[in-house]
Amino acid sequence: MNTTQLKQWLTELAAVIADNRDELSKLDQALGDGDHGINMHRGFQAVLAELPNIKEEDEPAALLQKVATILISKVGGASGPLYGTAFLRMSAACKGKQTLDDETMVVALKQAAEGIAQRGKAAPGEGTLLDVWSTVANEARETGMDWNQLESSAREGMEATKDMVVKRGRGAILGEQSVGHIDPGAVSSYYLFKTLCNTMKGSE
Amino acid sequence: MKKLLNDPNQLVSDFLDGFTAVHTSQLKRLPNSNVVVRKQPKTDKVGVISGGGSGHEPAHAGYVGYGMLDAAVCGEVFTSPGADQFLAAIEAANQGKGVLLVIKNYNGDRMNAEMAMEMAEAQGIQTEMVVVNDDVAVADPAQRRGIAGTVLVHKIAGACAETGASLPKVKEVVEKAISRIRSMSLALTPCSLPGVDQPSFALAEDEMEVGIGIHGERGMYREKVAPSQEIAQLLVSKVAAELPGSDPLAVLINGMGSTPLVEQYSFARDVLAELDKQSYKIHSTYVGDYMTSLDMAGISLTLFVVDEELAPYLQAEARTVQWQS
Repeated sequence: MNTTQLKQWLTELAAVIADNRDELSKLDQALGDGDHGINMHRGFQAVLAELPNIKEEDEPAALLQKVATILISKVGGASGPLYGTAFLRMSAACKGKQTLDDETMVVALKQAAEGIAQRGKAAPGEGTLLDVWSTVANEARETGMDWNQLESSAREGMEATKDMVVKRGRGAILGEQSVGHIDPGAVSSYYLFKTLCNTMKGSE
Repeated sequence: MKKLLNDPNQLVSDFLDGFTAVHTSQLKRLPNSNVVVRKQPKTDKVGVISGGGSGHEPAHAGYVGYGMLDAAVCGEVFTSPGADQFLAAIEAANQGKGVLLVIKNYNGDRMNAEMAMEMAEAQGIQTEMVVVNDDVAVADPAQRRGIAGTVLVHKIAGACAETGASLPKVKEVVEKAISRIRSMSLALTPCSLPGVDQPSFALAEDEMEVGIGIHGERGMYREKVAPSQEIAQLLVSKVAAELPGSDPLAVLINGMGSTPLVEQYSFARDVLAELDKQSYKIHSTYVGDYMTSLDMAGISLTLFVVDEELAPYLQAEARTVQWQS
């Protein structure tokens, strides 16, 4: 994976977030305050606006760090620091490499998931976006970078949050009432991996 | 929903421009940020900052000034500001004696503030954070949200910092205050976010939502709207049950945005009567819109068990747009 592919991925992701922003906010109304779509859209539009300034010869790590800074600044809420931390950790794992090989990607995903857990003081199974990131990171470690497999792992991670009692974030206040609601951050994370897998499958 | 605005995405920025233009002798907006700071020169004291999502006006910008906050960080409506915004506020408030962050117990606020503190510490700025969790509607103390009681925390923190106390001392006093403040809210109508078509939850004409947060979150349960006296009894019983100690009470009756003062003061009468019936001593009472939820109609009750150490801080002089004493 190189900077050009990263740019393609982020462009598609911004479009998918834009198309689904109302759905994301609606999911958030059940568990939180109903602005996840608005916040993610604001963040990824800012990422999109930055992409023309990124040159193909720039290192992937530099782009990932730029994305982290933008998301931390523009998304706000809980999603800003969580997504920002994920991109910061991926950037750190990719430093010094012009092209990211599978081994680097596995490490980057693992460290991103660990970063989210640390920042959010969360564990898998608590009904958050971490359930998507940790499922994908584990799958990548076990079976390598199989893009079809990773996409279905992301979907499984997202769908699993529906049956969980939410333990972190505003949804946690609802306790048992949170069961039956899919986590909006898990859905946006699924879009992130779905578009990543699409980009990579398209360029194979 | 009809709103008086230009563009929902510009509302907070337009608000900050207007607020600092109107109160130009007292306040200014930091360039390229959503941070409001005091215009007066810095003094030798601990900086106190607060913030979070907007939509709670006059919190938090209304409490920037002598005796309360040095800076308010204003996120998008109901959305925690980013870590870079908190960092800008920390840098502005730092006068060499460190900065105390007053944060409400929401994951987003905590995480962004923590990231900003890490960045500030890397620059050599000493920071501490206190987390307000006064909302007894939530059973689990670890999950309790920060609501209107936060304003009283600002008052204590600001007054203590103004004495020149050290950062550890200010933190200690503020944590003591937090441990003695309890609140609970209810809504008669939901609120509606700028740019969002439907209200935050659906409520029938004859229903009230009990135990709401300040971001249009659903409450703990709903029931038929009752007369003010019964609502006063309900909130007093829920909040008083969680009070530590028997010192006199500071009482804060807070409108959620669309409840007129005539109803707030009528409700205050009922609350004071109920507290009197239960033999509580009253230290002081505050009524008005202190921590709102946009256009929500509703009320919150905060009770603060004030002792001899804390009372002077509550009464100390403050000169801010919303709080003057």
